[in-house]
Amino acid sequence: MRLFTKPLLSSSSSDSSGALEGFYYDNKIVKAFIIVTVIFGVVGMLAGLTAALQLFWPAANLNLPYTTFGRLRPLHTNAIIFAFVGNGMFAGVYYSTQRLLKGPMLSPILSWIHFWGWQLIIVGAAVSLPLGMTTGKEYAELEWPIDIAITLVWVVFAINFIGAIIKRRERHMYVALWFYIATIVTIALLHIVNSLALPVTLFKSYTLFAGVQDALVQWWYGHNAVAFFLTTPILGLMYYFLPKAANRPVYSYKLSIIHFWSLIFLYIWAGPHHLLYTSLPDWAQSLGTVFSIMLLAPSWGGMLNGLLTLRGAWDRVRENPVLKFFVVAVTAYGMTTFEGPMLSLKNVNAISHYTDWTIAHVHIGGLGWNGFMTFGMFYYLVPKMWRTNLYSVKLANIHFWLGTLGIIFYALPLYWAGFTQSLMWKEFTKDGFLAYPNFLETVTQILPMYMARAFGGTLYLAGTLVMVYNLMKTAGSGEFLAHEYDEAPALNHKLKVGGAFHTILERKPVLFTVLSFVAVLIGGVVEFLPTWLIDSNVPTIASVKPYTPLELEGRDIYVREGCYNCHSQMIRPFRSETERYGEYSKSGEFVYDHPFQWGSKRTGPDLHRQGGKYPDSWHYNHMLEPTSMSPGSIMPAYPWLFDDELNTANTATKINTMRTLGVPYEEGYEDQAVADLTEQAEGISKNLADAKIKVGKEKEIIALIAYLQRMGTDIKNEATALK
Amino acid sequence: MIKNSLASISDVAIYPVISLSIFVAFFVLLGYMVFRADKKYIKHMEEMPLTDEVYQKD
Repeated sequence: MRLFTKPLLSSSSSDSSGALEGFYYDNKIVKAFIIVTVIFGVVGMLAGLTAALQLFWPAANLNLPYTTFGRLRPLHTNAIIFAFVGNGMFAGVYYSTQRLLKGPMLSPILSWIHFWGWQLIIVGAAVSLPLGMTTGKEYAELEWPIDIAITLVWVVFAINFIGAIIKRRERHMYVALWFYIATIVTIALLHIVNSLALPVTLFKSYTLFAGVQDALVQWWYGHNAVAFFLTTPILGLMYYFLPKAANRPVYSYKLSIIHFWSLIFLYIWAGPHHLLYTSLPDWAQSLGTVFSIMLLAPSWGGMLNGLLTLRGAWDRVRENPVLKFFVVAVTAYGMTTFEGPMLSLKNVNAISHYTDWTIAHVHIGGLGWNGFMTFGMFYYLVPKMWRTNLYSVKLANIHFWLGTLGIIFYALPLYWAGFTQSLMWKEFTKDGFLAYPNFLETVTQILPMYMARAFGGTLYLAGTLVMVYNLMKTAGSGEFLAHEYDEAPALNHKLKVGGAFHTILERKPVLFTVLSFVAVLIGGVVEFLPTWLIDSNVPTIASVKPYTPLELEGRDIYVREGCYNCHSQMIRPFRSETERYGEYSKSGEFVYDHPFQWGSKRTGPDLHRQGGKYPDSWHYNHMLEPTSMSPGSIMPAYPWLFDDELNTANTATKINTMRTLGVPYEEGYEDQAVADLTEQAEGISKNLADAKIKVGKEKEIIALIAYLQRMGTDIKNEATALK
Repeated sequence: MIKNSLASISDVAIYPVISLSIFVAFFVLLGYMVFRADKKYIKHMEEMPLTDEVYQKD
């Protein structure tokens, strides 16, 4: 037990180290990250607002493929997560890390490679997503060349950061740095595993995983991207900037140790709560639920640690805009991390899933926690680095209220919309029929809520623009300090310093990184191994066959247009769903789906049993003008599918790639694929001609119809065979 | 090969048991460490963000 009780020889760096050394903090890199955060924040919010408008005013897509909801929504989420929160996080990390380590980063060249590399990735995303280059996996839509670039830039960031820690003058690593370390290692792990794919062309790939496994990997990633991109780095920033702004030490450093380890250990297990009542094996769903509930403890531990840091300083919250933003941010973090575990309960999830409730939930986190932490940090940093006072406290207060009201106007209508729609989906008449058999009725009912949400978003964006003005005026009135001088004693590495285990750990960055990695790996391994490796987890269904070449091409169009953003392909085993959509979805039905397209939101109805439900002509007319088949529909029209010809140049390569991934196409089938494709297209074209619709068999719409008519039909064939 | 050997595991239920054991052990150890932590050191760490501008020259 000596390990834990050995007395500390010295706890402060000054009396355990060598001669005083002078050095400069690099503020230029922080400034650069702040500028791009603000620019991409505004762009990302504008994309979000445009997407929100389209939900009650479909013409806001300008009738262009590039700005249609299915492509715009991924642009919004990627821009906000990786460009706004990402760049903001890097600004804070670069500022705080240098000061906590008493020294600059490892290399300014690496800092700038990181900066420009990340901005190039963002530009790549901003171009490729509107063009429909997507993997079809939420928050991981970027195609494989960009995925590789992300990995490389992330490694540069990691080297720069870990290298700075190794060169440090401060013996122990403050809690903020632990959160940054966990972020770096875990995001690397998540990104690499979830992005594993086989390229077909430079801009098209198929994910390595299929169906249930792909869903599990995707939501392990999706959930932990929230955890390790939107939460842990921001908690690190909270532990640094909140005490600084309040001029008070953190409420409890001991609590922060427990907070850190329990948070990173527990978070990674909770991914399956995104897949409750789906075809994911039951034990995995339960594991996700249990760990989500436990996650409440560290999350609230962290929130309380943040709020209680303000003990005795609450009077200052009234006057200091920085603290105001932080208080609302941490409160929003508390609310959203309470709501998360509640949504993970199966009975709550049965109601909330696929509705706007989820959208409201994530925006409490996004607008409240991430947005307000970033804003508060900038109101602190800009006057400090430009050596001046904030241009206008009044404008900052206006921003605060616009933002806060924006969050309320955004979230409340969506909660209302979520409850309303879900209850309408589930309501039966006393005779046992669905009370609202037409899905569209449940959509038109909540359109006023969508309008109110767009109003909330507008308020929030307006507040952000006020901040842009205020920060620019502040910077204009001051003088930027590019290199800030400081002094600290050199660290004497040879000096023996005692301390308990965690104290020792806090000065062993490499060991600390390894242990953090192990902590996050445990949950992932326990979750994945059985599903990956044990056949019985995905029962095979004999009648499920690979897609025909035309259906495969149609499916790629479905992915390209981002249909999964509004339509699920996963019928849960509830009577209200089987009545509405048909037989519930089985895991064996998805074994050839690279990627899975279960979706997470039903702005439109589920499509899994769409095949054979309507004639080809219905789909033709519906895609050309949705309101002609469903008056009042908010689905956009897809006129370009009727003009553009299907590109079959890569069909053979696609078949080959799919075979490599384990889809049982016969050897040599690729040579016959295009001929089969043409034959099937002729059939559909003839069907349409019978319905007096003249369309060439080579148009994209034919392929999409082929896919839509195939969906969920294999299992019906089995039922017929059994009879 | 690995797939086949793992497919023959008769009792997948061992996984949750292992998970729970790791979980309990992890938190007992963590709690013990934090409980026994040195006060002077904790105070030093707590004040780190506040003292990082001590040497700053304007």
